Amino acid sequence: MNDALDVALRLLLVFVVFLTFPLIIGQTEHKVMAHMQGRLGPMYAGGFHGWAQLVADGVKFAQKEDVVPAGADRRIFQLAPAVALLPYLLVLLAIPIGPGEGAVGEVIDAGIFFVLAVMGVGVLGSLMAGWASANKFSLLGGLRTAAQLLAYELPMLLTAASVAMAAGTVSLVGILDAFQWWWLPWQIVGAIVFFVAGLAELQRPPFDMPVADSEIIFGAYTEYTGLRFALFLLAEYAGIVVLCGLTTVLFLGGWHGPWGADGLGWVWTLLKTAVLAFLVIWLRVTYPRLREDQLQKLSWTLLVPLSLAQIALTGVVKVVIQ
Amino acid sequence: MSVTATATVALAATHHHPSLAAVETRGFLSPTGVEIAFLLVGLVTFGAAIVTVTTRQLVHAALWLVVALGGLAVEYLLLTAEFIAWVQVLIYVGSVVVLLLFGLMLTRAPIGRSPDADSGNRWAALTVAVAAAAALVWVVVDAFRATWIDLDGPAAGSTKITGESLFQNWVLPFEALSVLLLAALVGAIVLSRKANQEPDERKTPTAATGTTPATGPTLATAPATAPPAADATVPKPAPAPAEEPAPAEEPSPADAPAAPAAAAAPDPSEGGLR
Repeated sequence: MNDALDVALRLLLVFVVFLTFPLIIGQTEHKVMAHMQGRLGPMYAGGFHGWAQLVADGVKFAQKEDVVPAGADRRIFQLAPAVALLPYLLVLLAIPIGPGEGAVGEVIDAGIFFVLAVMGVGVLGSLMAGWASANKFSLLGGLRTAAQLLAYELPMLLTAASVAMAAGTVSLVGILDAFQWWWLPWQIVGAIVFFVAGLAELQRPPFDMPVADSEIIFGAYTEYTGLRFALFLLAEYAGIVVLCGLTTVLFLGGWHGPWGADGLGWVWTLLKTAVLAFLVIWLRVTYPRLREDQLQKLSWTLLVPLSLAQIALTGVVKVVIQ
Repeated sequence: MSVTATATVALAATHHHPSLAAVETRGFLSPTGVEIAFLLVGLVTFGAAIVTVTTRQLVHAALWLVVALGGLAVEYLLLTAEFIAWVQVLIYVGSVVVLLLFGLMLTRAPIGRSPDADSGNRWAALTVAVAAAAALVWVVVDAFRATWIDLDGPAAGSTKITGESLFQNWVLPFEALSVLLLAALVGAIVLSRKANQEPDERKTPTAATGTTPATGPTLATAPATAPPAADATVPKPAPAPAEEPAPAEEPSPADAPAAPAAAAAPDPSEGGLR
C-alpha cells in the first residue's frame, strides 16, 4: 500500500510539474521578450504584471470551435496533438532533480536511451499533423520537421554518448552520481552541441524553419484551432522544460552545486534549468531564422564533426585518467 | 511478410533470453499478470502488423507500423530487456518510421485509399511469411523448450548485462555488423554522388583552377567552405532555375561524401512539392 502511494505521489508531482512549468516558461517568455524589445508585455490579466495571461489564453483556446478541415484525415488529425505532447510527460518522469533515488519520478536503468528515444517519438505528432491536414503548407512543415529531426538527432545522440562514456553509465541518476566539477570544461563542446541540437529538435527559433509563421503559416499546425492548437503550443514549452532539464542533468551537474548540496540539490537543478530556459528565450529574441539549407549545413558540417571530436576527446581523457 | 515475422519475434522473445532461469516445473494454466499482459500486448502487436500490410492507406500503414514496433518494445520491456526496448523505440519508431513517413510524404501520400497500393504477389508473400514464421517458431521452441525467465527477479536485460554479453561473447558478430553498416554507408554515399556527377564534370576546370570567388550573390561563402561536405545543400537548388551562376559552387557536391543524408534531406524538401 505504501509503495502504491509512493508511486502515485510521484506521478502526481511529475504531472503537476508538467502542467505548471511550461506555463511559467511561457509567461516568462512573454515578459522577457517584451523587456528585451523595450515594451511591457501583457499587463492586465490577473492584476500583477499580467501573471494570468496564459490562463486567459487557455480559456480563450478552450472556447474556440474545434475545426477539422473537410479534406483532412479526421482521426489522425485529432490524434496528432496528443502524440506530440505525451512523450514530454514521459521524459519528465525520468529526469532526476535531486540526489538519491528519491528525487526522480522513476529510476530508469537506460535513462539516456529512454529519454532520447521518447523525445524522438514526439516528432511523429508534427508529421501526423502535417500530413493529415490536407494542406500544402502543413505538408511542407511536416517535411521540414522530418528533415530537421533526421539531421539533428545524430549530434544529440553522439554528445549524450560522450557523457555516458565519461560517467561509465547510461543511467541519468548514475551520471549525476559520477559527476565532477571538471567535467564542465571537459564536456563543454558536447554541452553546446546538445543544447543547439535540442533547440532544433524543438523547432524553436532560430531553428523554426518547419513552423516559420511568416512563410508557411505555422507549418504543420496551420489548420489547427482551439484546444488542439494549444496542446501543440504546450508541447513546445514542455519541450523547453525537458531540454533544459536534460542539459542540466547531462552536462551541468544537475543537483551538484558549489555549496549546500545537502537538501538543496533540487534548488540547483531548478536554477540551472531556469537559466537555460532564459537562454532559450534570449536566443529566440536575438537570432533571425535560419534558412533550410543553412539549417542542414549547420548540423552536418559543424555539429556532427564537433560531437565526434567531443567523443574522441572524452575517450582519450578517459583512458589517460585511468 | 512483416506481419508474421513480427509476431514470431514477439513469440520468440518469450524464450530467447540470456538469463535462462532454473528448470522448475511450471504450468501454462496459472499465468501471472506479466504473462497475461505479454499475451495481450502480443495480440495488439500482431493485429497492428496485419493492418499494416492490409490497409490501403499508405500513411496509415506507416502509422500502424509504429504501433506494431512500439508493441514489440513493450514486449521487450515485459521480458526485462529494458535496454533493447529503448533501442527499439529510438531506432525504429524514432528514426526508421520517420524516414519512411518522410519518403512517403515526398513521393505520394494521398489522404484516403490508394487503389493501386496492392501487390499481385500477395499469395507468394503470404507463403514466404508463413514459412518464415513456422521456421522461426519451430527453431525457437526447439531451442528453448523448457527454459523460463524469472520476470519478477532482478532485471536480466539491463544495460550492464547486455553490454557485457555483447562485448565479451559477441564481439565478432558485432564488429562484422559494424563493417556491414559502414559498407552500406559508403554505398549510399557512392549512390548519392553519382547523381551529381554530370554537371560536375563539365565544371571541373573551374573547380581545378581555383576557389576564387566568382559569380553569383551567394557564392561569397563558397570558397571558404568548399571542402566540407554538406555544401551540397547550397548548390542543389541552384542548377535547376539558373545554370549560369552555378559554376563556382559546383565543386562542392563532388566533395560531398561525408553527408549523404544532408544531400538527400534538404534537396527534396526544397523541390519536392512543386
